Formats: sequence, C-alpha cells, structure tokens
Amino acid sequence: MNKILEGSRAIAETIKNIGVDVVSAYPITPQTHIVEELAKIKADGEANFEYVRAESEFAAASIVEGASATGVRTYTATSSQGLLLMTEVLYNIAGMRLPVVMTDANRAISAPINIWNDQQDVMVVRDAGWIMLFGETVQEVCDLHVLAYKVAEQMMLPVMVNLDGFVLTHVVEPVNIPEAEKVKKYLPKYNPKEFLDVNNPLSFGAFVTPEHYMEIRKELYDDIVASEKVMIKEMKEFKKIFGRDLNLIEYYGDKNADTVIVAMGSVLGTIKEAVDELNGKPHLNPPLRKGRKNSVGVLKIVSFRPFPDSEIAKILFKAKNIAVIDKSLSLGQEGIIATEIKRALSGEKKKIVSYILGLGGRDITKEMVKGVIHGINKEKNRVVFVGK
Amino acid sequence: MKILLTAKPGTTSQVKTGNWRELVYPVIDIEKCIGCGICERVCPEGICFPTGEKNSSGKGFYACDLNWCKGCGLCASECPVKAIEMKEEGK
Repeated sequence: MNKILEGSRAIAETIKNIGVDVVSAYPITPQTHIVEELAKIKADGEANFEYVRAESEFAAASIVEGASATGVRTYTATSSQGLLLMTEVLYNIAGMRLPVVMTDANRAISAPINIWNDQQDVMVVRDAGWIMLFGETVQEVCDLHVLAYKVAEQMMLPVMVNLDGFVLTHVVEPVNIPEAEKVKKYLPKYNPKEFLDVNNPLSFGAFVTPEHYMEIRKELYDDIVASEKVMIKEMKEFKKIFGRDLNLIEYYGDKNADTVIVAMGSVLGTIKEAVDELNGKPHLNPPLRKGRKNSVGVLKIVSFRPFPDSEIAKILFKAKNIAVIDKSLSLGQEGIIATEIKRALSGEKKKIVSYILGLGGRDITKEMVKGVIHGINKEKNRVVFVGK
Repeated sequence: MKILLTAKPGTTSQVKTGNWRELVYPVIDIEKCIGCGICERVCPEGICFPTGEKNSSGKGFYACDLNWCKGCGLCASECPVKAIEMKEEGK
C-alpha cells in the first residue's frame, strides 16, 4: 500500500516490518527522525525490540555490536560526526563478522560545522569492511534495508545503507513500505552458528598474531568481493516477492552516449531531469530535434562497496567523456567516486573529469549539471568545483 | 566465511607469543640455582616455574618456558646468585 510519509518515518516503519531485536542509537541531525520514530513505534507497543539509549555514537555502535554477537538482529543509525565517532567500532563489527545493518543519513563533516547534506562522512569509513549501498529515493532506501539484512546475515558482513541527509530523510513522498508478511517470505530468521551464550562461553574478536591475521583480513576481502554476486541474486529474489527493481548500478539516457555522468544518491533525480532536457525527450515542449549533438547518459551507482568494476566498465566503454559527480572529496586529490571510476576503467583512453558539487548542502541545480555536460569537452582541469 | 573467529575460554595459552622475543633469551644454570623463586615472582609473563627436580647440591631448581618468554631479562637481573644468563637469540 502506498503511503505518503517522511523519509525517516518510512525507514523506521521498514525496520519495524523487518523485525529487529535490538535498536540502539544516539540522535544527530539529520538522522534524528529515524530513531525518534523507532522510539515512538516501540513506545506505542507496535514493535517488540529492545531500544537502548546510548550516551554517544561510540556507545550505540558498541551496543549493537554486543547485541549482534548474542545472535540477534540489530539496527542503528547515525550521521556525520556520529559516524566518525563510531569508526573504531565499525571496523570491529566487520572484523568480527557481525551482520549489523545501519543507516547513515549522509551529512558534511566539521569544520566548519555544517549540518547539511554531502557524502563526506561515509567516505571516511569506506574501507571499514562494510557493504555500502546508496539509495536515490525513499522507496529505494527502504527496499535496500530489506536487502541489507538478507545479504548481511547470509554473508556475515555488516551493511550500511546511505541516504542523503535532509534531501531524503526529511522529504515527504509516496512510498510502499515493504510489508511484514512479504519480508517474512524473503528474509529467514537469523540463526547464527556461533553467538555469545553464558552456558557456552566464547570470545569474539580475540587476539590474533601475525601468523593468522593476514588470512583473516583476506577472507573478509574475498567475502566482500563475493557479496556482489550474492546481491545480484538477492535483488532478483527481491523483485519476485516485492515486485520492485533493485540493481547494483543503473543506466539512464542515451545508450550510445558520448558523455556519461556518474553519480550516487538523490542527486540522480536532478541529473536525469537535466539529461532528459538535453537529449530531447518527446514529452518536452518544444521537443528537441533528433540527432542533435547532445547525447548524454547517466550511470547511477547503488553499490559503492563492493564496487561493481566490470559492470561499470561494460557500460562506460563506449563513452568518450565521463563526468563524475562527487559530493565528497579526497582533499588534495579529487572526488572519491572519480578515483574509483578511473581505476575501474584503467587502460581505457577516456576523458574522466572529477566534478565536486553540493558540498555542505549547496543546492545542485539542473543548470549546474548542464554546465558540466557542455563544458567537459574543453575542460582542462582534473578537478572542477561547481558551486554556481 | 570459513575461518572460525571465536575463541573458547582458556585458549589464549595456545597462542605461543614467545616468537615476539627478538634479542635475548634466558638460560638457567641449574647447578647455580638455589630455588628461591624470585624469578617466578618477577616474571611478567609467569613462565618461570619450579621443575620439581633437584640439582647436585640438593636444591630444587627452576626453568623458563620459552614458548611465552619475551626476553625482558628481569629474571636474570633479579636472580640473587646470577644463575640466569640472557643469551643472544640464534646463538
């Protein structure tokens, strides 16, 4: 059933329908509404999970880490500085192979302090050993949470679902909350082989000498690589039960485009609109004439970790110019997705330019996107900041 | 995921940390040892222990378990009869 809900409420209802056992969180803008709504759901007796209030994000992450080790389904959410404070625990959760699922409402990092959206926070922890997914719409974000638990519990890997703070957390749009009965069909009960139990004591995250550490890290690496195929399979399964598409990457626009824009998250909506206008969709008035030089495509990345290299290379091999739009930045280097795209296309002769847009909540307009497309042919800089 | 990452209680002793030792290791001269037990008390790793055997002068002597010895040398410096010598690794 379609409901009109705020993004945060939609995520909270999805988590309720998934049926988690322990929720722990510390409020931070723009994540607050998600955990507030979960607290409300719990207080109203609509769900049975333990809601543990934490004194910091470090504690919240540690609480779900410990709870997950006892063999139950857990959930937390945070943003920005909160995610950074969780960093040490995030590495531990992945290293102990605990299938925690969390939401990151993407927000800029201080200083200067800024509560608005960009994607710098998650990029700080991109190598923590978590699967990282990015939704474009509230619907996609809700669906990705269901997928997240399925993949996490199957692969014993934590999954972070990312959505743009405010743009998606605070937007009100129609959304089909994954129904509890369907979730039950899709997601089996979580039954780990090993868990903390007073009658059968175990240590998680125990000491490992140089003799074994590398093999354990390699296995974590291998399993994240392997999760790509598992996700493809589970996305198909999702479609069967819920009737909605999920993909690791999506292509939009002219299939033989000279110029392709690559981006991640909610900005795709704006980009698609701009590209439609340039490509001349018949529904536009006046319709733009066929065969004009603007032939543009859009590549949306949903799965950032694992990064689907070969899928991306297959789509981008025809393009001459590739404009990568990042809402984050490796300072002194370039946009982080840009580096990933260059790596995925290594050996190919392409013009790849890193465009930085929308830092700290700066609006990204259709005009900016069109400017990127029109300018890339003559662009001499490796990194371009587009603020106007 | 194939590698078992959890550990049962008491299994830390299976991890032989003696390979952290880089420079020197203790050698006890059992004939000099008077069995006072100071080495056992000062050893941070708790790996000096009475063997229960006696040397030619009838004193119960001590030994070190090199599987966990880090080579700190406290035993040698505290031994009142200089029965412990720190020897270079590999010699």
